[in-house]
Amino acid sequence: MGLDVMQETDFIAARVTEIIAEQAMMEPSDITDDSRLADLGIDSLGLVECIFGIEEAFGISVPFNANTPEQPGFDISSVGAIIAEVEKLVARQAA
Amino acid sequence: MRRVVITGAGTLNPLGADVRSTFSAMQQGQCAIGPLTCRDVERLHIKIGAEIRGFAPEQHFARNALSLLDRFTQIALVSARQAMAQSGLVIDEALALRAGVILGTAGGGNTTVDDNYRAVYADGKDRVHPFVVPRLMHNAAASHVSMEFGLKGPGYTVSTACASANHAMGQAFHMVRGGGADVMLTGGSEAMLCFGGIKAWEGLRVMSRDTCRPFSRDRSGMVQGEGGAVFVFEDYEHARARGAEILAEVVGFGMSSDAGDIVMPDRDGPVRAMRAALADAALAPNRVDYVNAHGTGTAANDRTEAEALRIVMGAHADAVPVSSTKSMHGHMIGGTSAVELLGCLMALREGVIPPTANFNEPDPEIGLDVVPNSAREASVDVAMSNAFAFGGLNAVLVLRRAP
Repeated sequence: MGLDVMQETDFIAARVTEIIAEQAMMEPSDITDDSRLADLGIDSLGLVECIFGIEEAFGISVPFNANTPEQPGFDISSVGAIIAEVEKLVARQAA
Repeated sequence: MRRVVITGAGTLNPLGADVRSTFSAMQQGQCAIGPLTCRDVERLHIKIGAEIRGFAPEQHFARNALSLLDRFTQIALVSARQAMAQSGLVIDEALALRAGVILGTAGGGNTTVDDNYRAVYADGKDRVHPFVVPRLMHNAAASHVSMEFGLKGPGYTVSTACASANHAMGQAFHMVRGGGADVMLTGGSEAMLCFGGIKAWEGLRVMSRDTCRPFSRDRSGMVQGEGGAVFVFEDYEHARARGAEILAEVVGFGMSSDAGDIVMPDRDGPVRAMRAALADAALAPNRVDYVNAHGTGTAANDRTEAEALRIVMGAHADAVPVSSTKSMHGHMIGGTSAVELLGCLMALREGVIPPTANFNEPDPEIGLDVVPNSAREASVDVAMSNAFAFGGLNAVLVLRRAP
């Protein structure tokens, strides 16, 4: 059971990183949890496309409104923060 | 009033991926109509069209840029790049404020609409890509052209069905002539050879199932195409001052509305548009050396257009060559008159009149010299290009050989 959760968590992190890397037109290996989207050259439109990619990949609905990007509903301050948010949403959906 | 000249031309259409190859195909009377390849083509009754073949968008645009570009915008951008390159214009800070863009399209991002309606209606998806709106909006092409070249003056889109590009170019002509801008990129593009786009046209029962034969007695209707062209319209003195090569002069534009039927063509509206264009150009009808007809290949249009030409031209209607290049590139709806203006440019610059392809037999109800099947060498000083849209909105441009 513990192993399954571990594998799922790794999978989410890898997939989210892939989606962000594709948007930034970089290799996933060049992206770390500390990376900030703006530093990766991802603008507001790119962010919306990332959110769409994440929703499609995990079959979840991300509570993101481009009018209020600072909202607490979905932390986008770094790649690691986004991964943590996606993990929470996937877990909530599975529950 | 200022004089307006064309200093650049670019195109992506079923006959060619640039002006040179399009001229060559027109001179050989090539017909680009063939089997359609869109998704679900087996569910269409009309299975032919003039598609752009061999166009690889990823060779022209970065992957992340492409997600914002419907096919009609891609066509406009590729055409605009060619036109700007030919013009040799450098858009500096001062010129940016005096340069703009007016493009025509009838369906805008029709393929994007089709794809995403399919996703939500047919495939039951509850989510669409975030860029659906910026892709499908009719002004997407004009906006992307303004962004790519930094054109900060007037910019907008004209949508008048089959006359969109002529109305757009007429507006650009007025804009430069009236001093509202020194340089305008103008023309039009269309890309609706998708299932929904063709299905809608099928409904009207005006489409041919074999090919497009304008003015031929056995004509069987129109054939849709996709593509477009973009031109650089420039103030003559501005072009001359920088030593630009002038491709032709735009000398007249005329518009009219039938105010009659939403689809049936009328004789009076086209007559008034042609007369207005010639009056604007201060040219007598017998000065016209070539007419690029609207010539859709439907029973109604071709007969009505011939009658209108006879009323405008009088006896000269029997002498002046009149061809429909839609027989070769299909009806590119909102972009078609931009590609047809290339036919006029070829006649003026190279002395070769493009033919009406697929022509089988003369129609006594028409009786014009339609330059059947083979291009013709001729000295052309003045060319007129007709566009008569569904909805009865007519737009006619007159070009003259470069001064």
